[in-house]
Amino acid sequence: MQIPEVSDRRHLECDVLVVGGGTAGTMAALTAASNGASVLIMEKAHVRHSGALAMGMDGVNNAVVPGKATPEDYVADITVANDGIVNQRTIYQTATRGFEMVQRLESYGVKFEKDEHDEYAVRKVHRSGSYVLPMPEGKEVKKVLYRELRSRNVRSHVTMTNRLMPVRILTVDGRAVGAVGFDTRTGEFVTVSAGAVILAAGAAGRLGLPASGYLYGTYENPTNAGDGYAMAYHAGAELSGIECFQINPLIKDYNGPACAYVANPFGGYQVNGEGNRFVDCDYWSGQMMAEVKRELESSRGPIYLKLSHLPDATISEIEGILHTTERPTRGTFHEGRGTNYRDRDIEMHISEIGLCSGHSASGVWVDEHARTTVPGLYAAGDMALVPHNYMIGAFVYGDIAGEDAATFARSASHPELPEDQIEAAHELIYRPASNPDGPPQPQVEYKLRRFVNDYLQPPKTERYLSLGVEAFERMRTDIAQMGARTPHELMRCAEVSFIRDCAEMAARSSLERTESRWGLYHARDDIPQQDDASWFCHLNLSKDPATAGMTFARRPVAPYIVPVPGFVRPDGVPDALAPQGVELAEAWR
Amino acid sequence: MAHATSRSDVPVVIDEEKCIDGCTLCVDMCPLDSLAINPDSGKAYMHVDECWYCGPCAARCPVDAVTVNIPYLLR
Repeated sequence: MQIPEVSDRRHLECDVLVVGGGTAGTMAALTAASNGASVLIMEKAHVRHSGALAMGMDGVNNAVVPGKATPEDYVADITVANDGIVNQRTIYQTATRGFEMVQRLESYGVKFEKDEHDEYAVRKVHRSGSYVLPMPEGKEVKKVLYRELRSRNVRSHVTMTNRLMPVRILTVDGRAVGAVGFDTRTGEFVTVSAGAVILAAGAAGRLGLPASGYLYGTYENPTNAGDGYAMAYHAGAELSGIECFQINPLIKDYNGPACAYVANPFGGYQVNGEGNRFVDCDYWSGQMMAEVKRELESSRGPIYLKLSHLPDATISEIEGILHTTERPTRGTFHEGRGTNYRDRDIEMHISEIGLCSGHSASGVWVDEHARTTVPGLYAAGDMALVPHNYMIGAFVYGDIAGEDAATFARSASHPELPEDQIEAAHELIYRPASNPDGPPQPQVEYKLRRFVNDYLQPPKTERYLSLGVEAFERMRTDIAQMGARTPHELMRCAEVSFIRDCAEMAARSSLERTESRWGLYHARDDIPQQDDASWFCHLNLSKDPATAGMTFARRPVAPYIVPVPGFVRPDGVPDALAPQGVELAEAWR
Repeated sequence: MAHATSRSDVPVVIDEEKCIDGCTLCVDMCPLDSLAINPDSGKAYMHVDECWYCGPCAARCPVDAVTVNIPYLLR
């Protein structure tokens, strides 16, 4: 393929640039547009079926519905599930604004389950509160958002691009001013000038190699390769909790959710090989994952999702959900293996590691306004550090980011874009095309991600993590020599560089936190104790401007705004008053 | 660098009898951009073995020409 000159590029302008048209990104675009901003969505797939909701979602995991639960319960639940290391103000937003979001989604046409009294049919999966709300027609959720983006009032404000992939955020004087990327079909070079940038690029879900060995057989949508984590890092933003990996209990080999959240309310549950329950709470936490791993590796393994005891009609209902939404090929998979839920329980296993704040607590550091530490740069969704934020949290933070970014962009200048950064990004994108005979991406990526498994999978130790750092440093050379022949291959090659960045961040963060915490997520076999005296704090990582290497800072845990019954803060910092007035969303005032 | 071509069992299969000339819906929708139109036949095909077996290609096909199989390594 022909490599374009640096000067031979398409230039785009907007008030608010949204990177990623998934859950958070589409909502960010809708809100920014309704606040008068001109919005550009850069989407490397197709907005209609991109991101974690490519084929919809079976329900929401964290809707705090008035009368069914309280924001205080939810914030306390999530605080405990994260061993106390949270910024409660961020969680409080999801707790108090989630219900308005449910109603907003309903106004767009998304349906949520209601009982015979026309009340939301929330179910209990968390330790104390009921926040799980099924979406009977959840497979349509992205269709509904897409339709909204193309509606008469919105489309004049929002430009959606497909197959356009950013690789770097541009900064001037430490402020985000745009992005640089390319068209993954034509290879065209693209720059964007923006008043504000919202990163909503999903999890780092293509990090560990699935046990199947298939590069794209990941739990997360494999297009979510950690692009946002890497772009935020290179733009100078702080990331936090990167040592708190995402690991999930899934259908073995298929690698999709089983899913206990769907099946539990119907009477399904997880058992070990002896047919006994082994977790006391099905909520996905690091503690639960430690219990799952222990069971798998014991003589009581394997583990199963047990449905076979349920009546036929109930199983049909569960199949109706599991085989049509989120991962609809579950039915195909079970059919191929001869697994019928009626007579055979579903074998489960644990996933490869990833980074995702939607499920655990590793992401780009944001405050309760979705602001990162870089002015003009926002993050929302799975890549933004709001613990266990799931789909409702992604929508809420997309909304918050869209509003705040539109305001920021209104008074933001559009300085001349930095040519040195554009040239560096051009090199990152097109270098593999100048060496078409270099090792192909699938081989380089397989090797990189096998090292992730070898050295980063918990339980972690200093020796293995250090070998990981060495391996990821060494992979820089492999990546520099990688070859590509088409724009599509350039996309995959750029993703490999993101995966490498995330792997190094994961290894170094895990080395830095010299204690064990969050159950399996950060289990250090060489330091098995939790060390509250030294480590009751956030561990934030950023790019050192002087050395261009990774540097760390500890951030104290902000005073709690919601009391956590039964949890004593080890640092003794007293709770602060709960937020009031404008800080509290409408439904709860 | 030496090269070899090796066969791969790809998960997405297109029924060329059914596939409509000029239609690109499955190609447009694939999150991984793994489908393309074969210029010789005018029909869609999987041009790279990159698949999340998610299914928009099959769900959006107006003539049921697309089958998503589970990738061989997982099957």
